[in-house]
Amino acid sequence: MPKLKIDGEEIEVEDGITVLQACEQAGVAIPRFCYHERLSIAGNCRMCLVEVVGAPKPVASCAMGVNDLRPGPDGQPPEVVTTSPLVKKAREGVMDFLLINHPLDCPICDQGGECDLQDQARSFGGGLTRYDENKRAVEQKYLGPLIKTVMTRCIHCTRCVRFMTEIAGVEELGLLGRGEDAEIATYLERGLMSELSANVIDLCPVGALTNRPYAFVARPWELKKTETIDVMDAVGSAIRVDTRGREVMRVLPRNNDAVNEEWISDKTRHVADGLRAQRLDQPYVRGTDGKLQAASWDDALAAIAAKMKATAPERIGFVAGDLCAAEEMFALQGLAASLGSPNIDCRQDGAKLDPALGRGSYVFNSTIEGLEAADAILLVGCNPRIEAAVMNARIRKRWRQGNLRIAVIGEQADLNYPYDYLGAGPQTLYDVAEGNHDFAGVLREAAHPMVIVGAGAMARSDGQMVLALAARIAEAAREGCDKNWCSFNVLHTAASRVAGLDLGLVPGENGKDVAGMIAAGTAGDLDVLYLLGADELDLSALKASCFVIYQGTHGDAGAHQGDVILPGAAYTEKNGTYVNLEGRAQLALRAGFPPGDAKDDWAILRALSGAMGAPLPYDSLSALSAAMIGQTPSLGALDDIAPVDKSNLEALAVMGGSLVDEPFVNAIADFYLSNPIARASQVLAELSAMKKSMYSPAGTAQGNENKG
Amino acid sequence: MLQDKDRIFLNLYGQHDWGLKGARSRGAWHGTKEFIDKGHDWIINEVKSSGLRGRGGAGFPTGLKWSFMPKEDPRPSFLVINADESEPGTCKDREILRHDPHLLVEGALLASFAMRAHVCYIYARGEFIHERERLQAAIDQAYEARLIGKNNVHGWDFECYVAHGAGAYICGEETALLESLEGKKGQPRLKPPFPANCGLYGAPTTVNNVESIAVAPDILRRGAAWFNGLGKPNNVGTKLFCISGHVERPCTVEEEMGIPLRELLDKHCGGVRGGWDNLLTVIPGGSSVRCLRTDVCADITMDFDALGKEGSGLGTAGVIVMDKSTDIIKAIARLAYFYKHESCGQCTPCREGTGWMWRVLTRMAEGRAEKREIDMLFEVSKQVEGHTICALGDAAAWPVQGLINNFRHVIEARIDQYSARAASDGAVTSKQVEAAH
Repeated sequence: MPKLKIDGEEIEVEDGITVLQACEQAGVAIPRFCYHERLSIAGNCRMCLVEVVGAPKPVASCAMGVNDLRPGPDGQPPEVVTTSPLVKKAREGVMDFLLINHPLDCPICDQGGECDLQDQARSFGGGLTRYDENKRAVEQKYLGPLIKTVMTRCIHCTRCVRFMTEIAGVEELGLLGRGEDAEIATYLERGLMSELSANVIDLCPVGALTNRPYAFVARPWELKKTETIDVMDAVGSAIRVDTRGREVMRVLPRNNDAVNEEWISDKTRHVADGLRAQRLDQPYVRGTDGKLQAASWDDALAAIAAKMKATAPERIGFVAGDLCAAEEMFALQGLAASLGSPNIDCRQDGAKLDPALGRGSYVFNSTIEGLEAADAILLVGCNPRIEAAVMNARIRKRWRQGNLRIAVIGEQADLNYPYDYLGAGPQTLYDVAEGNHDFAGVLREAAHPMVIVGAGAMARSDGQMVLALAARIAEAAREGCDKNWCSFNVLHTAASRVAGLDLGLVPGENGKDVAGMIAAGTAGDLDVLYLLGADELDLSALKASCFVIYQGTHGDAGAHQGDVILPGAAYTEKNGTYVNLEGRAQLALRAGFPPGDAKDDWAILRALSGAMGAPLPYDSLSALSAAMIGQTPSLGALDDIAPVDKSNLEALAVMGGSLVDEPFVNAIADFYLSNPIARASQVLAELSAMKKSMYSPAGTAQGNENKG
Repeated sequence: MLQDKDRIFLNLYGQHDWGLKGARSRGAWHGTKEFIDKGHDWIINEVKSSGLRGRGGAGFPTGLKWSFMPKEDPRPSFLVINADESEPGTCKDREILRHDPHLLVEGALLASFAMRAHVCYIYARGEFIHERERLQAAIDQAYEARLIGKNNVHGWDFECYVAHGAGAYICGEETALLESLEGKKGQPRLKPPFPANCGLYGAPTTVNNVESIAVAPDILRRGAAWFNGLGKPNNVGTKLFCISGHVERPCTVEEEMGIPLRELLDKHCGGVRGGWDNLLTVIPGGSSVRCLRTDVCADITMDFDALGKEGSGLGTAGVIVMDKSTDIIKAIARLAYFYKHESCGQCTPCREGTGWMWRVLTRMAEGRAEKREIDMLFEVSKQVEGHTICALGDAAAWPVQGLINNFRHVIEARIDQYSARAASDGAVTSKQVEAAH
């Protein structure tokens, strides 16, 4: 543990850190632009220069390791000074240089108010410019529909280049040219082909890369900031939702080392405009003419209550969708129970997960942070780059450190890291499970093996057998690992799924699952289908006699089928509990109110129960939460992952069944259009179209003109 | 003055056979096996005690540098020879490459052996087409004669590759050179780690100048004491000087270290054009050092320490002589343009500062500037110097500082001249505008 003296105070720090980090530990702030703790060290902005006593020149503290500092002549600890005139002058000098070619367009710059250059110029700059020459102008670059560029503002810190290359794993950005003509640009003139590209907006310390859809929309100081949780995938990334009035202006990542570090996917960030478009803002009831007509809450609820009362409970079905919070699923469960209907399911995609086997059989047991310890990963029927983009960056991070073997069974996709391709379907999985495959040996020898099963492999008729095989592989691989390591992992794609399974939203005795309900509805054996935000179902074959109630936020697939439509609240508009794929319960907070007459989903269900004359036993969200946590305590243990019982897996592993000889197909075909909110977003639609056409050069030029 | 018997580069002017036969007749490849038989450490100690200082410009003791290489390391070690000679006014490595390449190849073998390296890369400047071909031919001859290669006569497996740059000045900086050699963009790396710990492909690497390597065999052949006996204390041996500019006969010549500048110019170059009194200034070490005043030129000796003491430097010993016909502001402005053009753009002070200095100097060359800008320019150059990753920032700042230190009166006179002409042409000056307000 090296000792050093920082501004006169002696401090002992751990080995291997940099002088800049040591200064931070000593409580001394060092200005910086290019340094970012999650990126490699570039040391090129020179803003972090400090004086090291005895060194001939000021030293870039971000790049100097504390172990590389030489002790004084008599063995006294090396001394770092950050307050000397030399340092002050060095900072002023660098600031001087950064500003000579930086346009002074702060009044029209979207970074204004949250700009590192602005802040640091104020704190460390000289105050006046001495530069009388013409300023440099840099041509605009086209980085796709998400990122607005004003490259004249660029200070060449290369954070964006390092992020794209190292974290996102897409080598498309670079510093082209040299000297003062150096420019950040894409190698090919097209939008960035990454699911994480928009993180460069946050990384950019100046206004060179800003949020294009948010351009000229708001100033940071007029926004209300709400710290909440993302639901675009099952990762549960920590986000901050910035609202002005009722409207969500933008979504930013928050730091959560255990989940998303400080990245979010492009979908998470740019779904904001989807929260404004296509919204259901009042109840509708389908009239006798077959057309939906606006109705009052009372009428709508009365219509439902009348229909439900007139129907036998086993002919009523309930489906919870992908974006539901635990609270409304609990209320839905309560409603189904009070009616006596066994037909309830939260597994919209048809995944063959059975909560009866225990939590270990359906969560991501190794945890996301655990990925950093993994030394062998088997991906079964999933594409983490699409299904959990931020988590995929974690796998890539681990891969970059070396000594990680990755293998894939399923679709052969570009995951941003190399892998061994074992095969396309369950037969290969069977071979690995039987130990007839080399990779079984790799997993056995690994200290921290991981088997990750995706929704594409579980949501098949042989899903249970696939899960059992994966569990067998995981069990076999765990031999010799440390006792607390669990290598079986389920990669969910829906934010609501784990909470739904925790609550037990699966068919009761003789109950029908989702596929069963649809089949029954098609055959005329189901009379009422209640969709709680379930939009991913194909209901086109449903008999007209089947009365569909859609409760949700957007006029998407589910609403089109609805006979009664009840407008609910989106994830930014309600307080609710979400459990991510690891089984981590997190609280989402209301950032703004739902539009029009739309209401909190739990309240709608409570009101409906009242209209039916059998009110659910809670009148407030807190009472509901108390009841819910009473039933399922894990939902109350926020940000905590309870250790799983090993017997869960053993129970899963002995499950039998036959395999279907068909290749695994990944659950999500289009990353940008995977849920109703995303499908309502124009930005994501544009992005989806762009990725599909891969952009011709002519198209790029046009995009520039339109958007530049 | 260096005696003929003490010369190392006997074919500096290409009058003799450059090939293996000719080189052997001049002593190259003689006794190489014996040196190798004496072991790694003997060679390093011999070079250490010879007092050889790196010939690339910084003057770091070569033997000491070699001794930094780890002795037991699972990674391979590399020798990289910097033949990216791009310093303005310097043309010494070029002569070695095209006229005495075997000295370099032999030196590469001995240096690699001393550092336990089996592979050597020679990074040749992009513009050196002919030189690279000559060097490659010499390497091929050495392979053919089994002097190098696998199972060669010297008993130390040794591969020698020539890499060809693309003409960027910055790739002569050792870590940028390594980056370029690895196929990346030539941008200097942060130090530490130094190349001896983590160099080419992350392995221990020593980067040496062509001349430093090419003199090594002769040091071993003639003994460290012989080399150490030439020149001045701490600045020993022979050195190739490249004299260009306003002398009667510009030339590259091998001389003793510490030769007086005036002697160098008078004896080898026929003196300054128009006589010594016509001398304006000398930049003694390639363009990247401060220029010298005439009174200093009269009795300065050409070595690291003496020139360093005068605030200048020996650098690559590319002596640029300027007589009184030179427009010194314009000359330095041109150098500033060079550094602006060659800055890699990685770190802020150099990227922004070189362009700033060039622009101000360009105006100053016309006189279109204000006198207070002279001090500002000096301060800008100080803000660049010592604040950058590599030494290009320093190299860009020093000529400007030399100009201001020694020729401030010229700049002031130029400005006066310009404003006088402007006033007589009836231009409205900023002072008049201020007064009117």
